[in-house]
Amino acid sequence: MIEYLRNNHVIVWQALQEHLYLALLPVLLGFVIALPLGYLAVRFPRLYHPLTNVYGILYSIPSLALFVFLPVILGTKVLSPINIVVALTIYTVALLARTVADGLRSVDAVVVQAATAMGYRRTRRLISVELPIALPVILAGLRVATVSNISLVSVGSLIGIGGLGQLFTRGFQLFYMEPILIGVILSVLLAAIADLIIVLVQRAITPWTRVA
Amino acid sequence: MNLSYLFDPAHWDLGVTGSIPELILSHLGYVALALLIGAVIALPVGLYIGHTGKGSFIAINAGNAGRSLPTLGLLMLMVTLLGLGLLPVLIALTVLVIPPILTSSYAGMRNLDHRVVDAARGMGMHPWEVLTKVELPMALPVMMSGFRNAALQVVATATVAASVGLGGLGRLLIDGLAVNDYSRVLAGAIVVAVLAVLVDLFLALIQRWIVSPGLKGLS
Repeated sequence: MIEYLRNNHVIVWQALQEHLYLALLPVLLGFVIALPLGYLAVRFPRLYHPLTNVYGILYSIPSLALFVFLPVILGTKVLSPINIVVALTIYTVALLARTVADGLRSVDAVVVQAATAMGYRRTRRLISVELPIALPVILAGLRVATVSNISLVSVGSLIGIGGLGQLFTRGFQLFYMEPILIGVILSVLLAAIADLIIVLVQRAITPWTRVA
Repeated sequence: MNLSYLFDPAHWDLGVTGSIPELILSHLGYVALALLIGAVIALPVGLYIGHTGKGSFIAINAGNAGRSLPTLGLLMLMVTLLGLGLLPVLIALTVLVIPPILTSSYAGMRNLDHRVVDAARGMGMHPWEVLTKVELPMALPVMMSGFRNAALQVVATATVAASVGLGGLGRLLIDGLAVNDYSRVLAGAIVVAVLAVLVDLFLALIQRWIVSPGLKGLS
């Protein structure tokens, strides 16, 4: 394994970078899109169930099908990384919008009333009271989305783009275990590190949750 | 992009190899086997950890560890180790379904109302009766939601079986892609998504049937 790494470090390094980019850009985009969508379901409670059902259906589309199909819908090239980014963004939104809504809904009504009584208007109350309280729930969803995105990117290798997944297909075609094993290990490590970073950020920005 | 492949009656002829019904059956076969093996392994472990509280660390982290394992990589790794066939596919899919089943059976047992369990003991129930008549029925809704989650994931993911030469609905995706037949790819995507919804509905029905009526008002 060490020898394979020594001989192919350029390929592995490129695959790792591509993997990181393909997995994390959708997390960022999805988070930005999911925040208003999640809020929408809370602001207009009647939308909560229809929206949640749509997210559930989106999430059940197999990633391979979405990767293959987006070029037809978007008019992009089959080998364009945009397809992977858009597909994973859709999954991230489907997962996070629901978590954002659940997080906001879990805010104690008494707290909201207190903030209103103190003179907070809707927007400021949302930003400085409701969102911070919902943060632990939202960040838990972000962890799930990040970790599953990192493992999903590799499916893209079946259509020729997929970061570390390319090591899988390469190893499979050559019937050679080393690159696959390296790819799996790096992918899992990447997910663990990304997960750890979110946990640390969460600890730093929600100090009140640690007060017993 | 069109639906011609999906609605061509020739593709729905059960007797033909590679027809849509045949692929649905083999797809469901992988799904059912993976769920069965996964449940046989994960349920007792999850219930034991939840019941005793020993090894909670494993149950809590199993979920995240499982999500981070790339199924495609695991599948191809198993194929290089064991050769082509059903076994590598089953291993990869089983590894996928174990974490949600394990975590939910653990969570179901952990979050029981302890007063009810105490009351059952106080009534003189044998530990085995407490487990089978009180704890398990009460943990069932949470366990079922984990199982449904696992089923949803494995229905979508079983498509990767086609990438190592097996059947299932992934064939429509992989073969369609190979010959640039997007109508076939679309058919595959639609059938998988519909199948996922149907499987979930089926499990929801089972859940309604097996969950004690006394618990339904609570959630």
